[in-house]
Amino acid sequence: MQVTRDFSHYVRAAGEGLQHIDLAVEGVHCAGCMAKIERGLSAIPDVTLARVNLTDRRVALEWKQGTLDPARFIDRLAELGYKAYPFETESAEAAEVAESRFLLRCLGVAAFATMNVMMLSIPVWSGNVSDMLPEQRDFFHWLSALIALPAASYAGQPFFRSAWRALSNKTTNMDVPISIGVCLALGMSVVETIHHAEHAYFDAAIMLLTFLLVGRFLDQNMRRRTRAVAGNLAALKAETAAKFVGPDEISQVPVAAIHPGDIVLLRPGERCAVDGTVIEGRSEIDQSLITGETLYVTADHGTPVYAGSMNISGTLRVRVSAASEATLLAEITRLLDNALQARSRYMRLADRASRLYAPVVHATALITILGWVALGASWHDAIVTGVAVLIITCPCALGLAIPTVQTVTSGAMFKAGVLLNSGDAIERLAEADHVIFDKTGTLTLPDLEVMNAADIPADMFELAGRLALSSHHPVAAAVAQAAGARSPIVGAVEEAGQGVRATVDGVEIRLGRPSYCGAEGLVGLTDDLDPEASIVAFCKGSAKVILSVRQGLRPDAHAVIVALKARNIGIEILSGDREAAVKAAAQALAIPEWRAGVTPADKIARIEELKQRGAKVLMVGDGMNDAPSLAAAHVSMSPISAAHLSQATADLVFLGRPLAPVVAAIDSARKALHLMRQNLWLAILYNVLAVPVAISGVVTPLIAAAAMSGSSILVMLNSLRARSASRESR
Amino acid sequence: MEILVILVPLALMLGGAGLAGFLWSLRSGQYDDLDGAAWRAIADDEPPQEAPAKR
Repeated sequence: MQVTRDFSHYVRAAGEGLQHIDLAVEGVHCAGCMAKIERGLSAIPDVTLARVNLTDRRVALEWKQGTLDPARFIDRLAELGYKAYPFETESAEAAEVAESRFLLRCLGVAAFATMNVMMLSIPVWSGNVSDMLPEQRDFFHWLSALIALPAASYAGQPFFRSAWRALSNKTTNMDVPISIGVCLALGMSVVETIHHAEHAYFDAAIMLLTFLLVGRFLDQNMRRRTRAVAGNLAALKAETAAKFVGPDEISQVPVAAIHPGDIVLLRPGERCAVDGTVIEGRSEIDQSLITGETLYVTADHGTPVYAGSMNISGTLRVRVSAASEATLLAEITRLLDNALQARSRYMRLADRASRLYAPVVHATALITILGWVALGASWHDAIVTGVAVLIITCPCALGLAIPTVQTVTSGAMFKAGVLLNSGDAIERLAEADHVIFDKTGTLTLPDLEVMNAADIPADMFELAGRLALSSHHPVAAAVAQAAGARSPIVGAVEEAGQGVRATVDGVEIRLGRPSYCGAEGLVGLTDDLDPEASIVAFCKGSAKVILSVRQGLRPDAHAVIVALKARNIGIEILSGDREAAVKAAAQALAIPEWRAGVTPADKIARIEELKQRGAKVLMVGDGMNDAPSLAAAHVSMSPISAAHLSQATADLVFLGRPLAPVVAAIDSARKALHLMRQNLWLAILYNVLAVPVAISGVVTPLIAAAAMSGSSILVMLNSLRARSASRESR
Repeated sequence: MEILVILVPLALMLGGAGLAGFLWSLRSGQYDDLDGAAWRAIADDEPPQEAPAKR
């Protein structure tokens, strides 16, 4: 059978006889990498564009149509020492990028208008106390209106739209008081200008929009960046499947190009990337990513297989029922839907603040108007004072209080190896006081390790590793990796379901099932120690050893558990695996509370029970069976090796082998929540000081502008402390 | 004060030119890779590709 790599799915026509592809590249960190990649790729004839994007870690390539195969670029990058894979922009990421650009455009317009209106306002402020003629002041006010009105109607769109959406759903959010404040300030200023009055608030209104847009843009940029990284990671998993393109011909195609009804080949040692049904062949499959169960399941004609299953022993042909994204077990889907509905009821800190804020502010403004009228002021003066209250209380600092902290914190988390999936995850993570860990793939590493490598004579181990290179079996791959083997033994023969054998220097060596190596006698001695391990034997002539291969605990799992206990956080294990296996892990980590053989529904039931008791649960899990409980928990985390569905559901995703990012994320989140609260108090304190001044009617546009920018800058500076705090803790 | 008739439109035109420049730079993708742009400024020039032919 012939295997080709087919990346045509990712290639776009770029016009003028050119073709375009985007590659996600791993390990690009500096200018040196950038220059090396660009030169290395430009040196290929017919390449017309090779440009690295260092922010997103991607390469854009263009070449003359029909001259080159995209696989060649990936090989070239591999020669240069970079792992690369074609990348397809998801619609979610494209939307974030478009939104980000729109906000930046609004910010540009608002900043331009602010600067020019200020240029006109400062002469008015100084002229009011010296010798400015009323005609000149009116002229400057009209010019300000000419700049501020169109600019505000363009740059205010993000707020007006959001406020309108909230109002038509009969709720309020932070954008409602903002929109009301801006519109009233502009409207009153126009009226005042027509009546040749002394004060107009064009500068305050447009400056308010500028500050708020800064906060909005930071928030959006954080989300966009996380999406870009997540997109790269998904691409670099390089999920492909061997699709039959003819009766005997297969092509290695990206999963994105596989459709229901296609037939794919699943070889031993491969992870299935699609959902489907076995139509030919017989094998054992490891479904631990789906069910948490580490015992292998037998698969033959008619057995359903799910994306994430690992094929162990035989070759299977699978008819695809759903491509990677659209999966899955009806039960999990149903539980997931229920859990997600429940989660959307969480109210963000900002929304809670605005729900209190808006009525208080609007009531204060109304009382001010009525109060002044009652004291005998004219309606005109009373309304002007009321609007001044609204302008000065407009939630400028409040709008910046949370996004600035979120941006700084997400940057700190990113450095610690944690990606944020949702913006409010920081607040929820900070509240977590009980952690539920899944075992398989979360506390343990997803790949296999040789546990008793130290007990085996080095020369035997090395030989076993070299022999293991000739097998596709995942256990053999683990042995080969543990032994650091590089050169396979020539003439090794694999016997399906048994093991591999070869002859070296006239002596026969075998690696495989204990019975295949005549080593059953040795198994009884070690088996009871490690119920979870797969046992393989290796023999060289009459010398025999037993290798115990299993998923090892994450290297720092114990330290992380200790650290969590020190923070007074409750810990338990909920696993779908067998009791013996879960018990062993729980004992090794000194976790008293654990449950084994738990179904997805049981996991949710346990989370609900804890919720009833008032606990805020952080769920850490990776399997498909964890997805509903990830959604049901107060906040959730997944390792990057997790199933698609779990990763998409989790609020945070952590990278790499250590478990330490879990603790780092909790620490940053707690610090962040503390700062967010502090910022909100600062904003409130500012209002407490400013509102009486506004009510008393002595506020001039100069005071409004100074107070507004002062409080905003104070809040921004306070947010930057999240950065220094995270540096200290590392 | 007649000078205002010249100065104010001049100031607005300069500001407008700045805004137009910003919008143009945004549209042409100059904010897509801020990290990379910082390094490109100090990167060495490409070595001339057909050096022998030029001599």
